[in-house]
Amino acid sequence: MSTPYEIVIGLEVHVQLRTQTKLFCGCSTLFGAPPNTQTCPICTGMPGTLPVMNRLAFELALRTAVALHCEVAEFTKWDRKQYYYPDLPKGYQISQFDLPFSADGYLRISDAKGRIEPKKVGIIRAHLEEDAGKSVHDEQAGQADSRIDLNRAGTPLLEIVSMPDMRSPAEAKAYLAELKLLLTYLDVSDCNMQEGSLRVDANVNLHITTESGKVVATPIVEIKNMNSFRSVERALAYEAERQYEAWRETGQELGEVPKQTRGWDDAANVTRAQRHKEESSDYRYFPDPDLAPVQVDPETVERVRSALGELPADWRHRLEVTYTLTPYDSDVLVNQGRRFVDYFVQLAELTGDGKLASNWMQQDVLREMNERGIDIVQFPIPPDGLAELLEKVKCGAVDTTRGREVLLTMLETGKTASEAMESMGIHALDDSTLIELCRELVAANPKLVADVKSGKLQAAGAFVGQAKKKNPNVNPARVREICLELIQQM
Amino acid sequence: MSLSRDQVQKVSLLARLRLSEAELETMTAQLGQIVGYVELLSELSTDDVEPMAHAVELSNVFRDDEPRGSFDRREMLSQAPRTDGEFYLVPPVLD
Amino acid sequence: MSLIELSATQLLAELEARRITSVELTQACLAQIERHDGRVGAFLRVDAQGALQQAERIDQRRRNGEPVGRLGGLPVAVKDLLCSRGELTTCASRMLENFRPPYDATVVARLKAADAVLLGRTNMDEFAMGGSTENSAFQKTRNPWDLERIPGGSSGGAAACLAASMVPLSIGTDTGGSIRQPAALCGVTGLKPTYGRVSRYGLVAFASSLDQVGPLARTAEDAALALEVLAGHDPLDSTSVDRPVPNYHQTVRRPLEGLRLGLVREHFGPGLDGEVEQAVREAVRVYESLGAKVKQVSLPHSKYGVAAYYIIAPSEASSNLARYDGVHYGHRTDERALADELAAERQALGPGREDEVDSALVRMYRRSRSEGFGPEVKRRIMLGTYALSAGYYDAYYLKALKVRRLIRQDFDRALAEVDVIAGPVTAAPAFKIGEKSDDPLAMYLVDLYTVSANLAGIGGIALVCGYSSGGLPIGLQLQAAPFEEERLLRAAHMFQQATDWHLRRPKLP
Repeated sequence: MSTPYEIVIGLEVHVQLRTQTKLFCGCSTLFGAPPNTQTCPICTGMPGTLPVMNRLAFELALRTAVALHCEVAEFTKWDRKQYYYPDLPKGYQISQFDLPFSADGYLRISDAKGRIEPKKVGIIRAHLEEDAGKSVHDEQAGQADSRIDLNRAGTPLLEIVSMPDMRSPAEAKAYLAELKLLLTYLDVSDCNMQEGSLRVDANVNLHITTESGKVVATPIVEIKNMNSFRSVERALAYEAERQYEAWRETGQELGEVPKQTRGWDDAANVTRAQRHKEESSDYRYFPDPDLAPVQVDPETVERVRSALGELPADWRHRLEVTYTLTPYDSDVLVNQGRRFVDYFVQLAELTGDGKLASNWMQQDVLREMNERGIDIVQFPIPPDGLAELLEKVKCGAVDTTRGREVLLTMLETGKTASEAMESMGIHALDDSTLIELCRELVAANPKLVADVKSGKLQAAGAFVGQAKKKNPNVNPARVREICLELIQQM
Repeated sequence: MSLSRDQVQKVSLLARLRLSEAELETMTAQLGQIVGYVELLSELSTDDVEPMAHAVELSNVFRDDEPRGSFDRREMLSQAPRTDGEFYLVPPVLD
Repeated sequence: MSLIELSATQLLAELEARRITSVELTQACLAQIERHDGRVGAFLRVDAQGALQQAERIDQRRRNGEPVGRLGGLPVAVKDLLCSRGELTTCASRMLENFRPPYDATVVARLKAADAVLLGRTNMDEFAMGGSTENSAFQKTRNPWDLERIPGGSSGGAAACLAASMVPLSIGTDTGGSIRQPAALCGVTGLKPTYGRVSRYGLVAFASSLDQVGPLARTAEDAALALEVLAGHDPLDSTSVDRPVPNYHQTVRRPLEGLRLGLVREHFGPGLDGEVEQAVREAVRVYESLGAKVKQVSLPHSKYGVAAYYIIAPSEASSNLARYDGVHYGHRTDERALADELAAERQALGPGREDEVDSALVRMYRRSRSEGFGPEVKRRIMLGTYALSAGYYDAYYLKALKVRRLIRQDFDRALAEVDVIAGPVTAAPAFKIGEKSDDPLAMYLVDLYTVSANLAGIGGIALVCGYSSGGLPIGLQLQAAPFEEERLLRAAHMFQQATDWHLRRPKLP
């Protein structure tokens, strides 16, 4: 059903960069330490302390910006964004205001299943900033003290602001998925949403076509607290409906009310207006006198660009061309991440059969990874081990179904494919043994023979089933073949 | 240009200061006087002048991503007005 | 001369030769403090026990023939704005009355590494904001030359303790003249190094792009010695410059041949006290007699210095002092009283209107900060907050940064023509305590001759060049191109070799 409006979405993504230490001091950025055990006078803003910028953080940020096709500024500086909050120990956040280090990029999104049309989403800017600490508030608001943990204060964040180019929750989700994939291929962040390494805020409004044909825009709302891509999709869908209803009730248009911030309540499946700040925000940005500006020359940008390596889009193309995979298959493989693709490429090269490798990885490897809750790096069988099994399947030493059982044995016991088959008693039966077995079956099943003779070829399937009962190692295709031959000769 | 009492009041919230009636009175007058004096700068034409935010023009100052070790929590929290031994405590933020 | 009247260089020679011990010297200093600081008020805290222990350690090492640092056994006073691990560092503010930083300022670490005896912490204007040391939250410091007068500021205690012969060397900070002006008003020598020459790590920030640590001493030679210890690159300070530290203490004794001395046309206008002008011009004649060539130069934007400074410095200060919010350290208001106040205000308003008053958190911030800061600090925070706020940034802050560039360009041009600029430090000698207390603008205008060096980032040195008819010291200021501290120190030393103004001592009652 078509809606009388178009939803307009822009996303702000905060990514925690993969550094060992904070942006301005030597404290660890590891997640999960006891409260306030990863702090020092610098990240707690003690008097007289000064920030010194982490080179790796800047390099990771630069790498990302280049991969997002951003223009990298030759001159960039650091600004103080000033507001009071207990988890912001200096009373300001070191960020970038008017001269971010990169701007004007884009990210291409598409969907192999065709759920969205391919498009380019513009990137307005990407800038580097420090994270705040964490405030733990009382569940019963206002009843007890708020508690402040500064372990996270000063962690390097890359803020990536998109253009309002997305037109559906599905597009927003596709953008986030592709961005996350890119960041993991670049190895700049672990993108763990549960641990807060990737955070998403959305700016959303509607363009409504009224009965008179006029297009009106609803006020822009910022949505926060979305803790998964799924909740982003749901929050946006909810918010679109809410804004449409609100517009029908109030008729309020863009510019008539101040920008509102709403929080997503995942359990209740609604967005709720957040409490107003004490005063309209006046961040009083000004250049941080404690930090020197950074100059990046075009050669550096070129060096970063040439060191990017193959990114998801490049891989999709390569898998299609080199291993003759369908766009869908290459998309599934690439979306599993860089290491997964590495594994696939090795497997495909070893077996010389991209399609077979792709099928096994998509079905069997992925299923086992999911069941075991592991990633490809932790997958116990290396590519050459799996390749050995796939060779057996290819040459008919074992069929696909039995091959899966072999894989399970390999995973459980740590045996190689040959060892596992040996222990399972699988060995290729020679033709004379098979023919002997088939003779017995044909002789014992006159009814089936009659069925086949009368043209019901599918009845031959029953011979396969019986043959497997007698000996699980039979090659089903061969059994069927021999039985049909024998019956024909009768 | 002079400042109104209301402006000064707003700035005091932004600066998280609280001024008594008498302080507000004095502050409004004094800030007005000082702001009046610094207006002197407006007689200079500075359209083509690059702002100078730093006294020494360095660039690209970085440190390596090497852990330096954090401070002992007890030592850090010992300077705080109120803690529970693990967290800094403040009056309820959501009230 | 008695021990306490010798220069640091002389005292170190005595210590090296083991003609005196550090314990004797430290005791002499402590005795002088004991005798006079009740009236002068230069020190906020004196660490007699710690100082004597350190002196004893150094003496022991000397007796054992072990090497000691550059300042081995020399008593040094430190302005209470520089962090010292585990010790009170108050910035003369109620806000930090009980603050003990768990780290050393880099300069304090350098003094310790040089085996100095850290005698105590000197008084100052709260957070270094002021030019008279009247803004200390704890006590007034009096000028040893006239106890009714201010010692200057903000490093007033640092200058007064030297003038009163309580210590041979002291460390101050200079954001708009806070070393040079009190040095001039107390008749000692004070050096503000080029921005970036000395690390700011652990110097509690007032205005980060202007602050710089430097020595106050009896002589240029002593200042050279101290700078050699303080200066150098610090990886903890992104604005500290990585360039070699000259051997200042050696080179200071070499006179400058063919010195080109610049006199700034704009420095000798109306407002300059006649006796000050006369003393400065006399000092210039001394240089001429030593072979210097004097030339008129112009700093056409110098009259805008104070205005630009009083936008930039408070703007940075409003931001730097935002961290004092009573959450992680420093003063927090009485929370019981806060809760009562909040409840009473809400009750007075009635139900449904709770949001019209400050929340508990905002209230905690505002109460804590208003109780913790004195009036001058509040004034500057207000001024800076206003200058950076929406709609005013371009007209004030950005404009001031542009004027700052013009001021720097003035210096670049002038210092291409001459080696050193000579002029007054202040328009008049020390004024009476309380004289300008009700007139902040008049107080700000005292900084006329000193703020430009901070805005431009160049070095400057103040030294006594005469006395008023009332017996008050008058200062001469020398300024040079960035990182030309050697030249400043040599020029000052030449003058002190030819004159004896710096050897005079006030008669303390």
